Order: sequence, then C-alpha cells, then structure tokens
Amino acid sequence: MARPILEVKGLTTTLAGGTITILEDVSFGLQPGEVLGVVGESGSGKSMLALSVMGLLPKAVRRTAGRIVLDGEDLAALSPDRWRERRGSDLAMIFQEPMTALNPVMRVGDQVAEVLRRQGIPAKKARQETINLFRKVEIPSPEQRVRGYPHELSGGMRQRVMIAIALAANPKVLIADEPTTALDVTVQAQILDLLRKLQKERGLSLVFITHDLGVIAEIADRVLVLYAGRVAEIAPVRKIFDNPQHPYTRALLASIPEIDRPRGRLVTIEGAVPSIGAMPKGCRYASRCPFRRDICEQESPRLGLVSSDQAAACVQPFGFEKPQEEALA
Amino acid sequence: MTFETVIEARGVTKVFSTQRGLFRRRSVGARAVDGLNLTVRSGETLGLVGESGCGKSTTGRLLLRLIEPTAGSVLFNGRDLTELSTGELRSSRRQMQIIFQDPYGSLNPRMTIGDAIAEAYIIHGIGDRASRQRWVLEMLDLVRLPRSAVTRYPHEFSGGQRQRVGIARALALKPNFVVCDEAVSALDVSVQAQIINLLQDLQNELKLTYLFISHNLSVVRHISDRVAVMYLGRIVEIADVDALFTRPAHPYTQALLSAIPRSHPDEPRHRHPLTGDLPSALAIPKGCRFASRCPFVQNRCRTFDPPLDPTPDHSLVACHRAADGTLPAYSLNS
Amino acid sequence: MSAVISDPATASQSPTWHVASRLVHNRSFMIGAGLVLAIALLTLFAGWLAPFDPLRSSFRTRLRPPDATYWLGTDHFGRDILSRLLFGARISLTIGLLTALATGVAGTLIGATAGFFRPLDNPVMRLMDALMAFPAILLAIAVAAVLGASVPNVIIALAVATTPHTARIVRASVLIVREQEFVEAARALGATELRVLFRHVLPNALGPLIVRLTYVFATAILAEAALSFIGVGPPPPAPSFGSIIAQGRDFIAEAPWITIFPGFAIMVSVLGLNLLGDGLRDVLDPRMRT
Repeated sequence: MARPILEVKGLTTTLAGGTITILEDVSFGLQPGEVLGVVGESGSGKSMLALSVMGLLPKAVRRTAGRIVLDGEDLAALSPDRWRERRGSDLAMIFQEPMTALNPVMRVGDQVAEVLRRQGIPAKKARQETINLFRKVEIPSPEQRVRGYPHELSGGMRQRVMIAIALAANPKVLIADEPTTALDVTVQAQILDLLRKLQKERGLSLVFITHDLGVIAEIADRVLVLYAGRVAEIAPVRKIFDNPQHPYTRALLASIPEIDRPRGRLVTIEGAVPSIGAMPKGCRYASRCPFRRDICEQESPRLGLVSSDQAAACVQPFGFEKPQEEALA
Repeated sequence: MTFETVIEARGVTKVFSTQRGLFRRRSVGARAVDGLNLTVRSGETLGLVGESGCGKSTTGRLLLRLIEPTAGSVLFNGRDLTELSTGELRSSRRQMQIIFQDPYGSLNPRMTIGDAIAEAYIIHGIGDRASRQRWVLEMLDLVRLPRSAVTRYPHEFSGGQRQRVGIARALALKPNFVVCDEAVSALDVSVQAQIINLLQDLQNELKLTYLFISHNLSVVRHISDRVAVMYLGRIVEIADVDALFTRPAHPYTQALLSAIPRSHPDEPRHRHPLTGDLPSALAIPKGCRFASRCPFVQNRCRTFDPPLDPTPDHSLVACHRAADGTLPAYSLNS
Repeated sequence: MSAVISDPATASQSPTWHVASRLVHNRSFMIGAGLVLAIALLTLFAGWLAPFDPLRSSFRTRLRPPDATYWLGTDHFGRDILSRLLFGARISLTIGLLTALATGVAGTLIGATAGFFRPLDNPVMRLMDALMAFPAILLAIAVAAVLGASVPNVIIALAVATTPHTARIVRASVLIVREQEFVEAARALGATELRVLFRHVLPNALGPLIVRLTYVFATAILAEAALSFIGVGPPPPAPSFGSIIAQGRDFIAEAPWITIFPGFAIMVSVLGLNLLGDGLRDVLDPRMRT
C-alpha cells in the first residue's frame, strides 16, 4: 500500500481534566483516494474523532496522546496557528447541519469566494471560480444561486454549498461528519452520488462519519467501527458486511431492518452503550456481548489482525474459532 | 375481503395560516394536509411515509384531533371526532394515543416516571391511589422497565428507556389506536431494534392498531401491514407492504424506494433520481402535485389532479399514467 | 455525548436536587447567598443586636462621629445610626421582598395568561408595553403620589412598575415550554388546559422568573431609597435605608457617616442579591449565559 495521506496513531482524548476518556488509543490510516467510513452510535466518539483531526476540539476536551499525521507532517505537534493554516488548505470538513455551519447573513457565493480569496485569488476570478464550483456540486442556475442567502436554499442545496466551500480550498483530506443525516432519503441519495462522483474525479481522500450502515455500504471503501470510544473493528467494506469479526459489528448489522431481507424478529443488542463517565474495566462491549468470557471483563482486548487487512478488538474474533458453540455450552 | 375500520379521515385539510405584513396584514396559508382520505383497519399497522414537510406528522395529529382540521371529518369507531365537544373528546382520548419521536422532550423533566404514567389515570379519574400505583407497576413490567423506575426522573434514563416510558404512558389507558410518530427515529440502531420488537410484541398482546409514521422506509417495511406514501399534503399511494415495496406504482414511491441506501456494497445501484425541490406548501401547483419533479410527466398531469384510484392489486394510486398502465415497468435491480 | 444509562446504585435525584447540587458549586451564588443570609439574620435579630432604640432622639448626642459607644455615629436628632440601619433594613428588605413576591405573582398570572391563551396574548401584552413605556421610577412616583406615601403604597408602586417586564419574561418562557412534546403528550392523554398549564407548563417555565425576582428585590431596595430621597417613600420617623440617607443629606459635609453607612448597606444588599441572581441564572437558565 502507498503511504497513507492521513494517519492517526494512538489518539486519546479526555474530558474533565482527564478523569473521563472519550477516545482511547484510536489508530487508522487513510490511503490517497480512499473513502474510510467511520460508523458508530451516539457516544461512540465519532464526532470527537473528526474534531480531533481538525484540531477543533471543544475547550473541555483534551488530546492527551496520539499523533495525527497529514501527508508526513504531525499536526498534533504544530502550533494552533499552523494547524489552522492546514485546516484552511489541506483539511476540510462538512457538517451534519449546513444551516448552522453557514453564515446566515452572508451570500452563499461570498462564503465560497472567501475561501478562494484567502488563497490569493483576485476577487473577480474568485467569483468566476465560485460559479464553477457551484456547477461542480450540481447546483442549478449557479449564476443566480451565488447571490442567495442560506435560508433561501433547501437543506440539500445548503449541503452542496458546504461541499463547494470545502472543495474551494482544494483539500487533501475531506472529513464529512454525518453530512446526510439531516436530509431526506431522496436528497441523501443525491448528495451521496455527488460525493462519490467528486471523490472519483478529484481523487479525494474522504473520512465519512455516519451511524447508518446503509450509507456506509453506498460510499465506503474501508470501514472503521467505533464503540464507546474504541476501535472495535477495521476492515474493507465487503469484509465488514460479509464476514464481520467483532461481535458488535455482527450485532449491529443484524439489528437493522433491511429493505430486501425477509421480515423476521429483529436481533437486538441488549442494554445500552455505557455512559462515558462509567466505562467498565475490560472490553467496553462485554456487558452486552453474548459471547463474553471472564477475561473480557478483566482486560481490554487489543486491536489484532484477523487477516492481512482486517483487524478486530476482541479476544476471540469470529474468524479464529466458533465462539457461538462456546457461548451455548 | 372486509375490514373493520378503526379510524377514517374524510377530506381532511389543515391550513396553517400566518399573518404577514405589519400594517396591511394578510393571511398566508400553508396547506400542510390537503383533502386527505385515509382509513386505518382494526389490528393493522399502517405505515405512513414521506419526506420532511409532506404533512405526515400533521396527519397523525389531525387523526387524534390534537390539532383542529380546517376542513373534513375524522371518524373514530364511527363517531365523528370533529363534532365532539371538548369534554367528549377528552374522554375519547382513552381509546387513542400517541408515541412521540423525541425521548428527551416527550417527558416532563419535573415528574417522576411513576407520576408521568399515573397521570393518565388521574386525568380520567380512574382508580384510587393504591390501584393506580399497581397499574403503573404493571405498565413498567409491560414495557420491560425495572419497577424501581417509578420514583426516578427522566434525566436518569437513556433514550431507549425513556421511549419505553413514553410507550407505557400511551398504553396506560388501554387504547386501541396508537399513532407512533417517528417513534424510533431518534434512537441508536441497536436500541431502535429493541423498541421495534417491543412495539410489535405489545401490538400482539394488546390487539393494538398502529399508524406508524416514519421517514425510514426500511423500518416501515419491517413493521407495517400496509403503507401509505404521502407527498405534499396528499396520499399518493396506499398498498400492502409487499406490493408497495416490490411493485411501487406511483413514480414518487419509485423514486423514494430507489433512494434507500443499499444494504450491501455489492448490490447494484439503480436510482430514479428526483430533480428539483419540493414545491412550497404555500403555493401548491395545479394538477398533479408531483408533476414538477416526475420523470414520466405528461401534459395532462400539469392540468388535472389525479384522484386516488384503486388498481388491480387492491392498492390505491393517484397517478394518471399508473391508472392507464402507461408507466414504464419498475424494477429496483434493473 | 448523550449516552446515559441509569445506575441503579445511586439514589434517585429530583431535578430540584440536581439544581441545588449545582448551585452549591457556583461561587457567585454562594457568595451572594452568604451576603443575603447575613443581612437577613442581622435584620431578623435587630431587636437584640441594636444597641439603642432607633427612634430615641437626644440633643446631647446629635451628630456624633463613629466612636466606641456609637459605632456608626449619630444623626442630627442624636439617634444611633447602627440601630437605625438594623431596623431600617427591616423596612427596606420587607419592601424588596414583598415587591418581588407581588411582581412574581402578578407577572406569572399575566405572563402565563398571555403566553398560554393565545387570543389574550396581544391585548394583554400591548397593555404591558404601554406600562413599560413609562420609566419605572416615574411610574412609582406617580402611584405613590396618588395613593400617598406609606410602606404598602411603595410596594404597590414598585410592583406595578416591575410587573410588565416580569410578565414578559414569564410569557417568553411559557411560549417555549408549551411547544414541547410533553405538553402535547398531556393533551393527548386528555388533560384539561388548566392542568396542562399548572402541572406541565408553569413548573418548567419558572426558572427565568426566579432569576428575575432576585433582580426585582435588589431594584426595589434601590428604588425605595430613591423614593425616600425625593420624599415619597415610607414616612418618618420609621427608618429605612432611603430615609436615613435622605435625612442625612443636609449634613453631608459635617456628618458624612449618616449617609455613607446606609449607602454602604444598600450596596452590600444589592450586590449580594445580584450575585445570587447571577448564580441562579447560570444554573437555571443556561440560555441566558453569556
């Protein structure tokens, strides 16, 4: 494999002066031109992961360990100012709610042009380039729309403007945090199609965060499954769907009603995600895991390779033995 | 086949009017629900799907007369709800209830779980203190919550647990018709499955009739017997769940289904993309309201509003071309 | 992060308990509460603590500067300032407290009516707007002038002046709470409108009111002083913060202690109440936090 464009190593973030751990020892690499899907439920820390990479953590949250290497440079070692510069050029992010991410009293075209102007592009050229970007993100009649305000646009159109702003900086890595969650399903389909197209055309490297495995199936090349702030599993998307190794991944897939599966009783995961203030010792999934063994409650499992490109944090991933029989015995 | 009807909406319309202008005030009306006809059959789960702004939540509230319709009538077990006095309506609420979307906003933060459920009995003056206490505990058992929850406050519970409280409150009076308004949409997927299973179990145990409102088509397919598709304040198609998901007749239903994310990365993708935006409810177009975005639009669609007509396989569709049989054949996997 | 599950081992915490535990950790609240409590205790036990009769005048002791006998000096009638302050606090604080209570009741009734019963909103709030258009102090002077100067009239005047703003705060809060789903849930259960209002809407809408009332309390103490100063406050000889200052006005050059100490007392009371209010606001009304 080529050198990853973005590499996160041992990222740990804490809250409340270090007493509460939000993310623990999260590591992954993003290859150039790859889409890494990050899937997790609320409380998994997936948004914190995005903000950590962007260097935009809220004040109360601190990164206590880990490196964030973008194209060979450790962002975490940079001064906040230098990190901000990288954020303006090499790293971009789109959010779940475009309405709150856009400035409500500024014309949307100007918000895109602002990013271009920061790169030293003269005003007139920036205006033209903004229209081109609007065309790229398939906003109809871009010449008129650049003069509109955010509230005049639909949710889907606003998200397209956000994507245009992100692309204006010509970033090496784009982080998308639940960009389609607030949208209707038909609009979501359009935005996913658009992101896929742009990603192919521009060879964009994309970290796509979502709670929706269907969206993951649509867009991801590889998938990182987060559970309660730890990586549960990381693997190519087909392996995640066909041969999940972590009991949590498996249960998650089974608990979703699928449009083309016979309707039976849904498989459920008992209980709920442990609260961030009261993480259990050992494996954080242990209390909900039907295959748990004594050791699971004692030691937290390390992320181990199951095959060359699949790793799971489980003392007994499915690939090695059949834990089902053992659990039944 | 004959069915016993629990609730029936006849030409129900809701116009939300807002005043515009400072001096010369004029009323601007948004037709959230526009001449809606719908029947819910006893014991079934009728799924109601549509995108945001289509009026599906308003429909749920109109059926319960939680908001007053601008026109039309709602027959509940044969009685017209819109004709009832405030007092009669209040007592009829024992038979119809609603489960809300937001497990955080739907419980009064200053009331214990026990008080929240017991309020149902107090409002209707049923039972004494001791029997109410007993019933509350039974309701907690029913929704699989620990009995110790009774003296606790909502903020002490997770979203899924709060949703169980909301269900217990809705079912406390033993209603026969329950509107589930996006009841699992705010929950994490692993918790969502628990609540879906619970709703299904309770339906079997208590012989409930559900109107299940959701934007999540996979969930609707899983739980529903029949499905109604709403677009811009109207029903455009109603069919049995399997018919609707395998042979969607209305072009909008087809577009909606093709937009559902795939369940596996290898599944072929075949979209019927929708162009343009939803027209505003303030200015509903003449003719078929889907015409502006329909890939199969003809001239007549822009002039004549298609009625919701029966098709050969017992479903109802509001589309000129579906009625003629001139729509191209639909396939999700072509 | 919203993933929270209940831990069965911990005792049940009511929202009130929850708020109380956060208040204890709020420095502003604790300092304010300490000051207010200290003043309240001094006032309550004025009868025991005061070294002299606050009304006893004596020509021999007039205009004494602070010394070992008269800790805070005496006024031009020879009355002990410390004793007058301790008893004066009674009247000032009573006026403050009763004004806060009166405006609280009136503001809640008016604000809740306007916010909850929509057809009444416009007429009621326009009336409040009209009242608000007058400067509060001017309104209080007018009321006191018409009704005459007495403690109850001062309270009425101040309550009338502070009620429109209070009503507006309650109304705004009611407008937010009544749109919440639990209110609709209560209606769906068949609750009457009055039940919805008193059981569901008001209990969840009173946070901003409590904060407002601490400010009204403080404002009323200041306003009483201002009214006394211009002669429409509580009538002499009973002391209040304002009347002590007013009487000391003519001797400010030769006997500044007569005005300085009550001025200081007003400052401490108002500061304590404002700190208390700031702390309450931080905890009860996070939306207002700056």
